[in-house]
Amino acid sequence: MTREVPHTITADGLTKRFGDFIAVDHISFSVSAGEIFGFLGANGAGKTTAMRMLCGLSIPSSGKGSVAGFDVYTQTEQIKKNIGYMSQKFSLYEDLTVSENIRFYGGIYGMRTADIKDKTLVILRDLHLEKEKDTLVKSLPLGWKQKLAFSVAIFHEPGIVFLDEPTGGVDPVTRREFWEMIYEAAYRGMTVFVTTHYMDEAEYCNRVSIMVDGRIEAMDRPSVLKKDYGAQSMEEVFLKLARKAVRSEY
Amino acid sequence: MDALKGVDFAVPRGELFGVIGPDGAGKTSLFRILTTLLLADKGEARVDGFDVVKQYREIRQRIGYMPGRFSLYQDLTVEENLEFFATIFNTSIRENYDLIRDIYEQIEPFKKRPAGKLSGGMKQKLALSCALIHRPSVLFLDEPTTGVDAVSRKEFWHMLKNLQKEGITILVSTPYMDEASLCDRIALIQDGKFLSLDSPSGTVQRYTKPLWAVKSDDMYRLQRDLLRFASADTVYPFGEFYHMSVRQPMMQAAEITAFLVSEGHQEVEARPITAGIEDVFMELMKNES
Repeated sequence: MTREVPHTITADGLTKRFGDFIAVDHISFSVSAGEIFGFLGANGAGKTTAMRMLCGLSIPSSGKGSVAGFDVYTQTEQIKKNIGYMSQKFSLYEDLTVSENIRFYGGIYGMRTADIKDKTLVILRDLHLEKEKDTLVKSLPLGWKQKLAFSVAIFHEPGIVFLDEPTGGVDPVTRREFWEMIYEAAYRGMTVFVTTHYMDEAEYCNRVSIMVDGRIEAMDRPSVLKKDYGAQSMEEVFLKLARKAVRSEY
Repeated sequence: MDALKGVDFAVPRGELFGVIGPDGAGKTSLFRILTTLLLADKGEARVDGFDVVKQYREIRQRIGYMPGRFSLYQDLTVEENLEFFATIFNTSIRENYDLIRDIYEQIEPFKKRPAGKLSGGMKQKLALSCALIHRPSVLFLDEPTTGVDAVSRKEFWHMLKNLQKEGITILVSTPYMDEASLCDRIALIQDGKFLSLDSPSGTVQRYTKPLWAVKSDDMYRLQRDLLRFASADTVYPFGEFYHMSVRQPMMQAAEITAFLVSEGHQEVEARPITAGIEDVFMELMKNES
């Protein structure tokens, strides 16, 4: 259903004001199909607001933006239909079983019942969750939940998926398995837009941007950023940039 | 389900003790038992010499507890929250102000703001101030840095180091393995059990296999190819490198490089490294299962 739309994200001077406060201040970038784009920044730098605009949940104050070829001002409903979204805080219904959650999200994204059935079997098999299909999600370990949440977010094979701190608190082994799933999705041509507080994960992205005080201060491949900032690791790059922040937390 | 399965440990006065593990490992249950908010099914525990069941009142008088979820009064202001906690512990802000000064000064400009309207970083500082206002002898911090960016996390740990100098015993839990090095001792916890209990340097010394950091021009294929390398044991991604443990003690970098070049990799880099906390954690996790 989504194969004909471009798997790209563009922002050109995208800005969001709340009264006098400029949460997102003229950010510009473009993400190409199949790219894993890391969207980094300190708490309060404006990441969430930017992400909400790109997901069609918040109308920008000025600037241009398009996601999957759809305009962020006028075509927010089409954007929502053509992306996947997963966050650490909310992803699955705890009081539904594993297979009920899959069926629910399939229905929400307008998939046919027969397709949902087929695809459910695939997900359960890939995640080794066959025995847990009737288990309530709340009793699954967090790592399994997050992997299931990701599978559900891309259940309808969207061209683009937005991941907001998907691996927070997850054990180190599962965290790596989660990134393997991200790589597989990108390999199939899905564009991945991801935020994280784990700086080693920044290295797994094709490109990263770092937001400071509402602006994008740096954006490039991790290897180039490390070279530019004379840093050994992305953590060092991040600390150098984020410490320049002047605006107090709001 | 057993959230905790027979955990034994002792923390001496004035120590900064870290409980490190992923969500669901049992960190919060442990903290809730020690802060007298949850009864253990078996076993016993003492805090500051008092029994967590029979003498819970004494314990509650002398500990500070900052739960993982923000638990202050959202519709009271910053100042009102602090006053409230001082009052219920029969003290005043003035009496113990020196202890919280460095932390509270950062949020004082917003003292008339309702706590619910603070940013994450400011909530964290207020919660810490409230947990300290009665000058506790033991401070329990349950995942104070979860979801907090790298800069604020560094600042927070700096504050903890300063509090330690005041003689306060601190138990802190975290899912971030890189914070382990700032503790005096750490327990790695998974599935309700301690995988290890040692100083940070002692913990990494538990990793006995030779470990290599490897990268090449084709990182996507590298993991698969390394796993086929004859002496490879485990291969995990670590930032821009893969960490490969090997069964062979006296390996030369040239052997790894030659193998990868024969597999078509270019720009190969392989060097021996010492393990970090996360390497140890994954190794211990693997041995458990």
